[in-house]
Amino acid sequence: MALADTALERTDWDVAEQQIGLWQDAWQRFRRNRLAIVGAVIIVFLVLVAFLSPLLVGLHILQSPVKQNVEFIESGVGQNGFVLGSDELGRDTLARLMFGSQVSLAVGVLVQLIILPIGLAIGLAAGYWGGRVDNLLMRFTDIWWAFPDLLFVLVVVSVFQQRVGANVIADLLMIFGAIALVNWVALARLVRGQVLSIKEKEFIEAARSSGSAPLKLILKHLLPNSLGPIIVTLTFGIPQAIFLEAVLSFIGFGIQPPTPTWGQMVNSGYENIYANPSSVVFPALAIGFTLLAFSFLGDGLRDALDPRMKR
Amino acid sequence: MAVIAGRPTRGALLPPWLVAFSGTRGGSLAIFVARRVLWMIPVLFFVICITFVLMHLAPGSPWDKNGGRQLSQSVVNNLNIKYGLNKPLGVQFLYYLWNVAHFDFGLSYQYEGQTVYGLIASGLPYTATLGILAFLVIVPVGIGLGVLAALRQNSRVDYATMGFATVAASFPNFVVGALMVVLFSVLMYKWTGGSFYLPSADFGLDQHLIMPVITLALLPIAYTARLTRASTLEVIRQDFVRTAWAKGLSERLVVIKHILKNSLIPVVTTLGPTFAFLVTGSVITETIFNIPGIGRAFVTSIESYDYPMILGTTILFAFVIAVCNLVVDILYVFIDPRVRLT
Repeated sequence: MALADTALERTDWDVAEQQIGLWQDAWQRFRRNRLAIVGAVIIVFLVLVAFLSPLLVGLHILQSPVKQNVEFIESGVGQNGFVLGSDELGRDTLARLMFGSQVSLAVGVLVQLIILPIGLAIGLAAGYWGGRVDNLLMRFTDIWWAFPDLLFVLVVVSVFQQRVGANVIADLLMIFGAIALVNWVALARLVRGQVLSIKEKEFIEAARSSGSAPLKLILKHLLPNSLGPIIVTLTFGIPQAIFLEAVLSFIGFGIQPPTPTWGQMVNSGYENIYANPSSVVFPALAIGFTLLAFSFLGDGLRDALDPRMKR
Repeated sequence: MAVIAGRPTRGALLPPWLVAFSGTRGGSLAIFVARRVLWMIPVLFFVICITFVLMHLAPGSPWDKNGGRQLSQSVVNNLNIKYGLNKPLGVQFLYYLWNVAHFDFGLSYQYEGQTVYGLIASGLPYTATLGILAFLVIVPVGIGLGVLAALRQNSRVDYATMGFATVAASFPNFVVGALMVVLFSVLMYKWTGGSFYLPSADFGLDQHLIMPVITLALLPIAYTARLTRASTLEVIRQDFVRTAWAKGLSERLVVIKHILKNSLIPVVTTLGPTFAFLVTGSVITETIFNIPGIGRAFVTSIESYDYPMILGTTILFAFVIAVCNLVVDILYVFIDPRVRLT
């Protein structure tokens, strides 16, 4: 009898020692995904570039992205000391490319910061209270969903760009806001679905029956348990936002020059494509590979954080 | 078959014949379709509302000339009266709704004497040709690649297809378009004479459509291929497929009659969003390749603050997207008898 008891105790203890948390488990799964690691490395590299390029300019290693060398316009790759050539005003393509990463990353991340509270609030409210609130909010999201997103962003930006004028910060915020305005729907729907599926679980019932207030229930139980899919959705939202900003810039409604952005570079290079194709190719590839890196990261995170969603 | 008839609260309000009607399969389908069609009204109303309000928030008036001679005040007043801009906003909105209901989208501000309807109609053939051609490329290529990858899972074909799809899904179409122009028209200048399928001033030749169609179709092809592969893999593992193999049916029969028929159901649902993508994608593609369609007209009208044109194109695009989603939803019910109508 005594022997059996100790054996039981020991196995329990063994299991407990081997247990690892959700996040550790996710990290181990993420680490095994080679493409996700590649994506993460590219993104870390981009972040470093975004932060270090002003420093490199300060150290005179890199030219300023707005410095015009009118005697060296449209240089090819490696010509006149420009590693990646120069554009129609003789500005260094490499420097503009490096500074362009600042805008792209800022758009990607900050738009998610705007989307998060909107999507959370609407999704949680609709999922938690259900009934009429749910109906109203979901019809609202349905209508919003039907709006062609690119057209909406274009209309909003074209209307407010004149008002904002030359104020760079206001211009940035306006563009972030416009992109966020069309992209919150996916998050709201996801959060609602998560809440609906978790709401009926036993531990929520337990919390409710022991007298948790609605707000505490939402913040302490519903939210943490749907965190994985939320993170995944936000990660996939980043390339979406970067893409929309690049399209806006390409059409000429994005962040205004002289602030360099990749979309703008593709646009201006496109006009002089026969003279200097490299001024299109590099920013175009930068956009493509950045989006690719984020979608690798998103895939990896999805597989790691939410094994049920795995294909 | 689950039907909507069983709801007492709703049934109580309806006349008995309608309740009885909704109990049948055909009846529930008719009600489903009617509800979906009616649902388009608030959606379109909302789209018009938002765009209308946004347009009137814009500073300046359509009569402002960038540089050049300004119009005199009396001319501006007369123009305002002509276009109804002197009336209160609410009245203008009602007028506009009334006109839209009669397919009258007003006069363009940027092209004197032209109606928005006429401008859209003149761009429509280009946009429609582009979109339909792209769609005709997307469906067979996307589905074909997806099925091929699934049937040869973990082979080189599978990896190559999915690698292509992943890259194609990440590269935005203006990037693809620009890179194609660089590759085919600039770097291969020697062979192509620089005008390789590139519509510049004289869009109209058939080969001018090749690059725009590829640009437009690449991303939907990638999505369709990925989705088809995933759903085919799921179906392949089902018991009835094993039974079909075990019965000794030929590969062709198993693949077409058992696998494809089931794996394409989720693919059909994405054709609606695909069409929506083609509509908005035309804006970018037409701008890159300088095609005189509705998409490019939309961009130029935004640049010149041509409100009626912006409103008209937005409504048209929203309408097309709503209709496509509707058609796909209804198609879905016919394809998959397991679908519940709610």
